[in-house]
Amino acid sequence: MSVDAVGEAPPPQSVQPAAPPAPAGPAPAPRGRSLWDDARRRLRRNPAAMISLVVLGVLVAAALFGPAHWVHPVDTLYRDRVAIPPTLENAHWFGTDAQGRDLMARVLFGLGVSLLVGLVATAVALAIGVLWGAVAGYAGGVTDMVMMRVVDVLYTIPFIFFVILLMATFGSNIVLIFVAIGAVEWLTMARIVRGQAMALKRKEFIEAARASGASPLQIITRHIAPNVVGPVIIYATLNVPVVILAESFLSFLGLGVQEPLTSLGQLIATGAREMERAPWLLVIPALVMFATLLCLNFLGDGLRDALDPKDR
Amino acid sequence: MVELVARRLMVAVPTMLAVILAAFFLMRAAPGGPFDAERALPPEILLRVEQAYGLDLPVHQQLFAYLGDLVTGDFGPSLKYKDKSVADIIAEGLPTSLLIGSASIVLALGVGVGLGVWAALRQNRAQDYSVMGVALIGVCVPPLVMGPLLQLLFGVQLHWLPTGGLQRDRYAIQHLILPVVTLALPQIAVISRLMRAAMIDALRSNAIRTARAKGLPEAAVIVRHALPVALLPIVSYLGPAVAGVLTGSFVIERVFQLPGLGSQFVVGALQRDYTLVMGVVILYAALIIALNLAADLLYRVLDPRVRG
Repeated sequence: MSVDAVGEAPPPQSVQPAAPPAPAGPAPAPRGRSLWDDARRRLRRNPAAMISLVVLGVLVAAALFGPAHWVHPVDTLYRDRVAIPPTLENAHWFGTDAQGRDLMARVLFGLGVSLLVGLVATAVALAIGVLWGAVAGYAGGVTDMVMMRVVDVLYTIPFIFFVILLMATFGSNIVLIFVAIGAVEWLTMARIVRGQAMALKRKEFIEAARASGASPLQIITRHIAPNVVGPVIIYATLNVPVVILAESFLSFLGLGVQEPLTSLGQLIATGAREMERAPWLLVIPALVMFATLLCLNFLGDGLRDALDPKDR
Repeated sequence: MVELVARRLMVAVPTMLAVILAAFFLMRAAPGGPFDAERALPPEILLRVEQAYGLDLPVHQQLFAYLGDLVTGDFGPSLKYKDKSVADIIAEGLPTSLLIGSASIVLALGVGVGLGVWAALRQNRAQDYSVMGVALIGVCVPPLVMGPLLQLLFGVQLHWLPTGGLQRDRYAIQHLILPVVTLALPQIAVISRLMRAAMIDALRSNAIRTARAKGLPEAAVIVRHALPVALLPIVSYLGPAVAGVLTGSFVIERVFQLPGLGSQFVVGALQRDYTLVMGVVILYAALIIALNLAADLLYRVLDPRVRG
């Protein structure tokens, strides 16, 4: 994947300011197809990505509104209905766990926690990575060399060890999970953004914009930002499943989210201990996690194809 | 070549030092010492215990003492297993972990490269799509999902293979199949995708067109000309692959109840056994840095374009 090749903007855009994110006011000239129109069209023609988008929408909605509206609250213990398999009776569609909690309620709640960890930790990684990469790329020279050498060194260290170390030393709480995983995942982002920044600042259309009297702020918001946003979105989408995996890894080892909170990883770990007696406790959370990760990956690949026409 | 090795070592050694320092200070910054969980000890006894482990000294003295011991291969005493040193625990667990890890890497390389080449030679046909589909599933099903599911299927339902219970020093192949396969699957997925892309690229190159124009048989074109070039990305992926397998081994050893170093690391982390956790982190980090270095050098030997 040639990330550096992404910055292929529609060339004379600087003359016709048809800035795609907010086409403010009536454009005098006929409006050309922007990078984003093209991308949206290509994404719509990709069935795997569109199906994934729909499934993800359903999953996110279920995780957002499910726990509050589902007939069984997350923490109710049905002492007379312990570990019953999935059934329509009493609306235990996914069955109940070994403590008599409704598995559907638990899965919806755990899915929400997993998605939240994925999004927040990705946001942390983006914030650090974009800043680091942009500064290194624009500054160039010695600053760039030192900053990227730091990234190189950190790359060779197996960082999940340090996340485990952090969890072991400070005890696991959900904020620390966000920060720890996010702080580990920013390296790739920094590299991508730096490459973009380096490539863009020498591009002709930037020079053309400067020559036609655009202010630095205009150049950054109209021309540089949209071109960096593409790869950033692609990477962020593909990073969410990685973070969800990392969180479930920690939770599986008992170092992630703690009761009464739960996540897909923790549900799978619990299910793995009960699988001889109650296999659905393992299979159902595993399937939900699989569907989530698969959709995120399909969507990420679809976005890459859509936003990066050169890479197909 | 010598200069190159020296240059790489100049990065690797500071990296290793940074790892040790980070681990050391992280563990020292921990709220609550390793003896907190036990019954409240009388202060004078606690002092004696801390003196015995050197925990009463100033931090910098502790660090230098630790570094000095490390050089001689001494990771210090375990804080939880009173009669064992960390080196003992590592010596107990490492063979199991290494056996399973290296078997997984070999399996992943063999199957991954094979599948990738096969898919590339049948690009955009049904076989290609099915291999890449399976690879995508492999990426989305982590060991912590795959392990229990395979246990459930082959152990609990079909009774073909045991679900665990490997004895140290008595390795039986049927105990190793499921853990090794589980650990290898995600790597197979990544390697086959990498291999497919690299092979497609290699087959499009001018060198291949020349080889075909000379009238070489297609098998020779693929094996002698395309494959060596296409294998290069796999060589640079070896470092991350080893890191992935070592990380995955934490989960696998718990799922299959293997007496390896990974499960000891996790128990140590949960029990705040500082010295044990640090020992394992440092050992694994050294292993990964060394293998990255080796892969890097191997790449330079294999690729004439970057030889210099």
